[in-house]
Amino acid sequence: MVDISIKRYIAWRAAQELQTGVVNLGIGIPTMVADYLPRGKVTLHSENGILGVGPSPAPEEEDPDLINAGKAPVTIQPHSSFFDSSLSFAMMRGGHLDATVIGALQVAQNGDIASWAIPGKDVLGVGGAMDLVAGAKRVIVATTHVTPKGEAKILPKCTYPLTATKRVDTIITEYAVFKIRQGKLMLVEKIDEISFEDLLTITGASYQIAEDFRTVVREQAMLELV
Amino acid sequence: MNDVRKEIIKTNVKFLSAEEAVSKIPNKARMMVGGFGRTGIPEKLLEAVIETTDLDGFTIISNNISEGSNLHHLFMGGRIKKAIGTYYTTSKEVVKAYRENRIEIELLPQGTLSEALRLGGSGIPAFYTPTSAGTELANNKESRVFNGREYVLEESLTAEVALIKAYKADKAGNLIYRKSARNFNPLMAMAADITIVEVDEIVEVGKLDPEEIITPFIFVDVVVKGGDTVNG
Repeated sequence: MVDISIKRYIAWRAAQELQTGVVNLGIGIPTMVADYLPRGKVTLHSENGILGVGPSPAPEEEDPDLINAGKAPVTIQPHSSFFDSSLSFAMMRGGHLDATVIGALQVAQNGDIASWAIPGKDVLGVGGAMDLVAGAKRVIVATTHVTPKGEAKILPKCTYPLTATKRVDTIITEYAVFKIRQGKLMLVEKIDEISFEDLLTITGASYQIAEDFRTVVREQAMLELV
Repeated sequence: MNDVRKEIIKTNVKFLSAEEAVSKIPNKARMMVGGFGRTGIPEKLLEAVIETTDLDGFTIISNNISEGSNLHHLFMGGRIKKAIGTYYTTSKEVVKAYRENRIEIELLPQGTLSEALRLGGSGIPAFYTPTSAGTELANNKESRVFNGREYVLEESLTAEVALIKAYKADKAGNLIYRKSARNFNPLMAMAADITIVEVDEIVEVGKLDPEEIITPFIFVDVVVKGGDTVNG
């Protein structure tokens, strides 16, 4: 298991990319991003028909008719609205959603993403993942750098079934931040605890170092996370 | 001048018991069932299908088959032949049945499902969507490039029956929904030959503000008064 504080760091770092607008958060690490968003400035969208998702309710205030896409009870905000699934997905495909933060099984250096199926296993669940990635203006992948078995997730080419082609904009891991610019994978940030050599070793894809590259001190950020 | 408030309004919408309503479902029906997770599922109508009919061989169009719901009970009774939806991995029993060839599954992205329902009820037989382009869900589907981007041709969905859940109906059959229990319900109401609605409450005509009506009665055939929401 990955240390919870590592997951929290990834979520916190992803939240730094989101200062305003409407965002849809996927399941897993992306769900934790909500804890670090600037209050009142980012509106959360849920694909089952809510714009303006609020925090989790107290147990006695749970409403079975008010859940998020992960089927967990939620609350609403003063500016919230409800709508049917078609309108909800129109918000995605129509390019109205500023960003989505999602997890991934694999990401390719050209922005392809695989996040919904494993080869050889039954392919029985896709949900809204493909629409979200196809439609959001900006696709931010928040994931651990390697699999629990230590295999690279950022690759020259995905080997798992694709969710979408060439849609990923930013990849955030516990070690680094990459951006895909003009179809090329660029390293824009790494933490000071990892060397360039080690980062290259655990990253399957080839990348260039961006002009605006920076090194950050992760410990400092992690100390402030609950 | 006539006082319109005193006119007695009569539409073709019928108000029946759950048992009477589900007796209108043909055998081996292609049937839409509303709901997302455990929210917005017409549990009482499904219970009536299970308890009071011998119907089987269903093709069910629904986002998923949630464990604990009456749709899952219908499935466990071996009465669903095929499921069209987006997410089945949350039920181990459905996954097992699929592996043992006891159920056929057609998987669609959720936005494609919802739009296929909307357009199915709108007289538009197919549409192009960017979703799933370049993925294995687009295998054997036509695609076309518009403005430099690839789009997949998807067929709209219709059915013989839709079982849906709404919050309130007025006595004309107009519907409103509650919070995230709306989900696929208004879309399915449009897309079936017979739409049967389970509601928590039936109110007099005029009690719903025309501005707030989500499903106008033209899309509704039968209204059944249910209990309170099943999980609340």
